[in-house]
Amino acid sequence: MDDALPGDRIHAFSGGLKLQHHKQLACQHPVERPPLPRRLFIAMRQHQGDTGRPLFEAGDHVLKGQALTETGDDFIVPEHAPTSGTIEGVIDHPAALPPGGTQRSIVLVTDGEDRWTGLHPLEDWRERPAAEIVEHLHRSGLAGLGGAMFPTAAKLRGGWSGLHTVILNGAECEPWIACDEMLMRERARDVVEGGLVLARAAGAERVVIAIEDRMGLVEEKLHDATRQLVAGERVRIRKVFTIYPEGGERQIIQALTGREVPHDGLPQDLGVVVHNVGTAVAARDATVEGRPLIERIVTITGPGIADPRNLLALIGTPFSHLVEAAGGYREQVTRLVLGGPMSGTALPSDDIPVTKGSNCVLALSREETTPTQPALPCINCGECVRVCPARLLPQTLFKLVEAGNYDAAADYDLIDCIECGCCAAVCPSHIPLVDFYKHGKDELARRKLDRRRADLARRRYEAREERLQREKDARRAKRREREEKLQRSDTDAKSEIQAAIERARRKKEGGDD
Amino acid sequence: MRQVLYALVPAVAAHVWYFGPGILFQLLLAVGFAVGLEAAMLKLRDRPLGPFLSDYSAVVTGVLFALCMPPLAPWWIAAVGMVFAIVVAKHLYGGLGYNLFNPAMVGFAAVIIAFPLELSQWLLPRQLSPGIPGFLETAQAIFTGALPDSTRLDAVTGATPLDELRTGVTENLAISEIRDAPIFGDFGGLGWEWIANFYALGGFYLLWRRVISWHVPVAVIATTIVVSTPLWLLGPDTHPSPLQHIFSGALVLGAFFIATDPVSGCSTMRGKLVFGAGVAILTLVIRRWGGYPDGVAFAILLMNMAAPLTDRLTRPRTYGHRRAGR
Repeated sequence: MDDALPGDRIHAFSGGLKLQHHKQLACQHPVERPPLPRRLFIAMRQHQGDTGRPLFEAGDHVLKGQALTETGDDFIVPEHAPTSGTIEGVIDHPAALPPGGTQRSIVLVTDGEDRWTGLHPLEDWRERPAAEIVEHLHRSGLAGLGGAMFPTAAKLRGGWSGLHTVILNGAECEPWIACDEMLMRERARDVVEGGLVLARAAGAERVVIAIEDRMGLVEEKLHDATRQLVAGERVRIRKVFTIYPEGGERQIIQALTGREVPHDGLPQDLGVVVHNVGTAVAARDATVEGRPLIERIVTITGPGIADPRNLLALIGTPFSHLVEAAGGYREQVTRLVLGGPMSGTALPSDDIPVTKGSNCVLALSREETTPTQPALPCINCGECVRVCPARLLPQTLFKLVEAGNYDAAADYDLIDCIECGCCAAVCPSHIPLVDFYKHGKDELARRKLDRRRADLARRRYEAREERLQREKDARRAKRREREEKLQRSDTDAKSEIQAAIERARRKKEGGDD
Repeated sequence: MRQVLYALVPAVAAHVWYFGPGILFQLLLAVGFAVGLEAAMLKLRDRPLGPFLSDYSAVVTGVLFALCMPPLAPWWIAAVGMVFAIVVAKHLYGGLGYNLFNPAMVGFAAVIIAFPLELSQWLLPRQLSPGIPGFLETAQAIFTGALPDSTRLDAVTGATPLDELRTGVTENLAISEIRDAPIFGDFGGLGWEWIANFYALGGFYLLWRRVISWHVPVAVIATTIVVSTPLWLLGPDTHPSPLQHIFSGALVLGAFFIATDPVSGCSTMRGKLVFGAGVAILTLVIRRWGGYPDGVAFAILLMNMAAPLTDRLTRPRTYGHRRAGR
């Protein structure tokens, strides 16, 4: 066991790319609240996990912050009304995930009053047991704001004995996205306080806040906040190099600890757990003020946006509403991306609503999206090998997946690909490598499912055969028993008759006497 | 790929200075055949011409082949070489990206095995030559096989320094004696060593422009020094010095321009080092004990064979895994 603590020094991680920053564009204005939209579309299943039971009927009037779906186990995160209004119903509404698909969504017609329901802060959270804080955060609807929307409670719970540090990830790894930077600029104190809440909930002594080395004022503000909260002993602020994908969970852990998360393990195995800075602020708002998670900062940016900025958007706000608040589109928008240019998802339309994980809407114009050249054969140049942060052999994986050799691709650790897109970005043959890896992973998952199904079917079949055999054996045994009994009774009967004849004969003989 | 062509300009200029305009004809011939055959094969294989011709890969193959040719080699040598390079080694294996062997080196190996005589007739560098053939004479020699009466072929051609060295060593001459011959310069051969310098210059340009990575050239040159130095120190009369090795033949050209071919080489970082080291060791072995004066081409072809396995064995350890492949 080494004594070094996370953040003692900044370590290098493999691969990665220096990318054009493009963040300043959206950082010219302070974070603003757009006008209240007329309708909100709140996806009932925002996180990884199941959907809670609805707590309303169509036509109900709800208050801001009122729970709309039930809280369940750690993977059933409740949704809350982002503002006051009337529930119109539940419909299938377009969603970013699955790509091109829909989600069951609650339609809330806003009443413009924005009236809060009663707020329930967690008094004296510093004294409360961890489980109570976790439960409170869970009831407040917390899920990771970094993008994956992993239920916060599921990450905090589990009684990891060796857990010592909560890492707050403030390193937005992708270009353009600036919501975390703006959050730390404007609410530095709440970030630090939220970190302390999460540390208390996770049973960790320390908080390390990782920011990019190009975030300017943010570092000073976080230091000030730490001083104000008298938390200097427990909170560290660390700058990491702005190299994509440094903000990825595994990479930020490697940068701060020099250690790698085991491929079959979790960050908790290294005594750390990573939360997004936005999640920390949400945790602070939920405990100190009692406000559930109903809004987040979304970066609206890109060459296709007239007046790029960061907006504090209610969950369920259609992206089109936010784009309008950012001055609308410039003419030549050819593609909308949710997330960053490297690993974001293309949006089929802008009527898709904000979820807890929507960090950025990027409007690209023809220049950025027109493919320069068609894909050419791989020339094995090894550029992808150089930049792969997972130290995979992307060109080998590509050839294996292309050939349909999925099992061999699995041997080459296809599963460990984090889909960061560095390989595709440097590929001189313009091969859309990540698409191949996603396909390969889907195929492996499907095969695994097929295998499980086949196993299950085989087990069922075998069980049935066994049962039939057992029944057959039982029947046979029974028959044999009956036959034996019959045979036995047969001989018994015969001897009885014999005896009777004997007796009769004796009687006759006796009578003759 | 165009960067590779730019990087070769100084060396070609030096070549012209020392050996006359023959190299220019060789370049034109090889590139012409290469591009023509490439287009024909693409057509036959029903592939689009545009993207595959504009990547300059066929041009580079032709250029690298031509740089290995004697300046007055007859025109059909380039034709035969390019058939093997472009048709056999490249397109019959599946075209760009799928060839197991370096096409230029396959072409060179084919012609040096088939036409050893034509490939051994090198021009003498200008300092030793009674007269470097001019444009017309060169053209005549290449296309008709005869020089005008005023110059006799055997007056202007001779063995290369590596040939000389090889013959000398087999005749039990000490290297110091062999090196008294006027064809040797300060390190390698007269003229040759300067061409090698310009190849290195071009190589540094490619490194600077990040067209190639440092692994292969460093491995080739470092291994050459590491292996040849002890031998030279033990027997300076039977083993050439490391500098002589580096500045002779195609070693520098191979290290920077040929062994760095990504398609037929290794793609892992450690694999590239192994590949370069293998090229150097095999080159030295062939130069000393093999049947040819220079071994760079054969060394590269042999390492091409080993590249897929080398990649497999030098696979990096994936993030979060304790060992590679686990």
